[in-house]
Amino acid sequence: MAVTAPIVEMRKINKTFPGVKALADVDFRLFKGEVHALMGQNGAGKSTLVKVLTGVYKQDSGAMMLNGKIIRPDTPLAAQKLGINTVYQEVNLCLNLSVAENIFIGNEPKKFGKIDWTSMNRKAEEVLERLNISIDVTRTLASFSIAIQQMVAIARVLDTSAKVLILDEPTSSLDEHEVEQLFKVIRKLRDEGLAILFITHFLDQTYQISDRITILKNGVFVGEYETDKLPKLELISKMLGKELSEFNYSSASVDKSKELAAAMGKDKVAVLRVKQLGLQGSIAPFDLELYEGDVLGLAGLLGSGRTEMARLIFGIDNAEQGDIFIKGKKRAINSPHGAMMQGIGYCTEDRKNEGIFAELSIRENIILALQAKSGTLKHLSAKKQTEIANEMIKSLGIKTPSAENEARQLSGGNQQKVMLARWLATQPVVLILDEPTRGIDVGAKLEIMEQILKLSKSGLGVIFISSEFDEVLRCSTKVAVLKDKEKIAELRGEDMTESRIMHTIAGGK
Amino acid sequence: MAWWRSLKNKKFFWPLVALVVLLLFNLFFTPHFFRIEIKEGHFYGNVIDILKNGAPIMLLAIGLTLVIATKGIDISVGSIVAVSAGVVAMLIGGSLQGIPKNPIWFAMTMAILVCIAAGLWNGMLVSRIGMQPIIATLILFVAGRGIAMVTTNAMIVWLYAKPFALLGQGYWFGLPFSIYLVIVLFLLTFLVTRRTSLGMFIEAVGINPKAARFAGINAKNILLGVYAFSGFCAGISGLVVCSTVMSADGNNAGLGFELDAILAVVLGGTSLNGGKYYLMGSIIGALIVQTLTTTIYAFGVPPEISRVVKAIVVWGMCLLQSSKFRSMIAGVFVKKELSI
Repeated sequence: MAVTAPIVEMRKINKTFPGVKALADVDFRLFKGEVHALMGQNGAGKSTLVKVLTGVYKQDSGAMMLNGKIIRPDTPLAAQKLGINTVYQEVNLCLNLSVAENIFIGNEPKKFGKIDWTSMNRKAEEVLERLNISIDVTRTLASFSIAIQQMVAIARVLDTSAKVLILDEPTSSLDEHEVEQLFKVIRKLRDEGLAILFITHFLDQTYQISDRITILKNGVFVGEYETDKLPKLELISKMLGKELSEFNYSSASVDKSKELAAAMGKDKVAVLRVKQLGLQGSIAPFDLELYEGDVLGLAGLLGSGRTEMARLIFGIDNAEQGDIFIKGKKRAINSPHGAMMQGIGYCTEDRKNEGIFAELSIRENIILALQAKSGTLKHLSAKKQTEIANEMIKSLGIKTPSAENEARQLSGGNQQKVMLARWLATQPVVLILDEPTRGIDVGAKLEIMEQILKLSKSGLGVIFISSEFDEVLRCSTKVAVLKDKEKIAELRGEDMTESRIMHTIAGGK
Repeated sequence: MAWWRSLKNKKFFWPLVALVVLLLFNLFFTPHFFRIEIKEGHFYGNVIDILKNGAPIMLLAIGLTLVIATKGIDISVGSIVAVSAGVVAMLIGGSLQGIPKNPIWFAMTMAILVCIAAGLWNGMLVSRIGMQPIIATLILFVAGRGIAMVTTNAMIVWLYAKPFALLGQGYWFGLPFSIYLVIVLFLLTFLVTRRTSLGMFIEAVGINPKAARFAGINAKNILLGVYAFSGFCAGISGLVVCSTVMSADGNNAGLGFELDAILAVVLGGTSLNGGKYYLMGSIIGALIVQTLTTTIYAFGVPPEISRVVKAIVVWGMCLLQSSKFRSMIAGVFVKKELSI
């Protein structure tokens, strides 16, 4: 396979967005008859690279070749015409149309200007047969499982001219059996000579299906490897951009947290106890225990189920099973409002879309949750509001000339502090921080982490989520390790090192 | 000039400018526009007419402002005006002696309750079923007129109960009674939303419903509430409309009011994208709409082109309020002022 020339070759691709270098001199090769996995953490540049290849973005510099010829697709349609087809994560099909209609939409076989239904249905059956599926193509798509829908989406882009198939997280909403079904189809297509680019966050699946792996980190090409020659552990360390030897250090702050953990008396009540909480397709049932002053770190790669865990506890998603106990009492939590009333706070990872109200003032952003907690009728006076806001601005070091400025004027780090302030104002017993350090500068990161340690000392139970394992270790008194939407281990004391986390993730259950 | 700067920073400044421009036009081009006579102890004149005839739209605009602040819309208010008029007319009854069938307070309360129920229906569809507001309220936009027709048995009911005429025709201290209704409703709404956290919650839901939910705000109930309130405002508006003409006409009462009211809110500076809302702006917006209508009559614009003229003026006012357009104009004419 390595002897032949690659079907797709991207050389020295650069792409800059305002303020961000998304891709820097990235190389990428894709061969005929292989399944190639593109791996990387958040912000690695995976999706930007795919979007350049499929004509959604135009690269600033660099060349792309298909079968040795330079191509410049400027729209997704142009890329499709060249034989580069994409099936996106969110299946964009019409659920209320029949399977056959979905496959031939915009491209229906015609007879005398009218749609030739008989031949359309027959052709649809033929295409699906290629994927080893025999279903009634006249039924609406909605009546089939997501796996089948996924395959219909694949069938739709598979015509004779297809050379490259890009699958963007196709398995994220499938169960094990459905994944196997999909993989069978992918293997068949690969054996027929298609070049398949597969993007996933599931490590095990990468090893099950891919022949070759390209790793990106922060927009930089890390390397291209043959899957069976790249141990899982090495893959993880390359994705995180750290040499294995680095993982063995035990920092002073970790020792400190260990002391702190040791200082915890057993007489303390668990502020949060979670028993077998779970939701199909979101996260497998898990247990958690959080004492006053605990910082529980959730460590795992992107898509490992960290946020899903937080969403269940905070009532954004409703669990199918399991119980939540707050300070020893069982509580039914089925909405963020309910969770808040029980003393849980949640700083979302998606600050922009789920957190900050850009047009409201900093004061209003801070006061919002407290006001929602105390109820509409118990209105805080303007004076009291300003007082609380100013206190928070001072204690968290939010850089703003006034509490009345609009929140959108703040930098990312300061917005993050506003989110923190919003929840601290409600005086929670449990605070969940989802990637509080993402997208902010190093100085602000340190400040946020200092705040977390300070909060835990004051008796708050904190759940801390971060993709940066060293951050998790620096702040946490214990660490839960997640992988492929499941909690697989809990590490304490001396086990809390980056290399242990890596080995745990790489080693499976 | 501190007062000027603080006025200029008020959100209703540009709507106010638009209104003043319109009034200045009348000052120069419409004879006797500002003449106010005193007849039987009441003020009469175009300006008073604007207040009086604009009252129903102002009442609607108050309710709609909150709906639009949540990034919603309520196009059923015109039809709910007809429902309110129909219900109150049927309960008072068309006795020629002017003796009401039921006490007038009872009839009015029932009419308003029916309208609140209509608003709750809209709110249920939007907040619980998740229907798009324009579709959800389209149902009552159509059905409301039908309900109004049913209550009046498809007839125009004429009322003779004198006391009921106070709402739409009466005067207090020389001014139309309906304007006091507007002032009271405006103040109540202002106080209830701005002196509690309700206004902030409404804006939060309009800016980002997801973030609002994540911040522990019960967004569904906020939505339900604003639509119910819009129904309530439409109910009061309907009473005024019915009282003004002392009749209830299911087909024509409140016809097209929803568009005038939406226009008033938008002219007043509240964005259809939701978020920050300006009650005072909406009142000024309603005054602009009514002044425009009155101007067109008083100036003697031929009826066949009056709608076109109205559209052109509205278009101009919207441009005036666009800060992008203003800076474009400023860039062309007075480049120096930009640096201030």
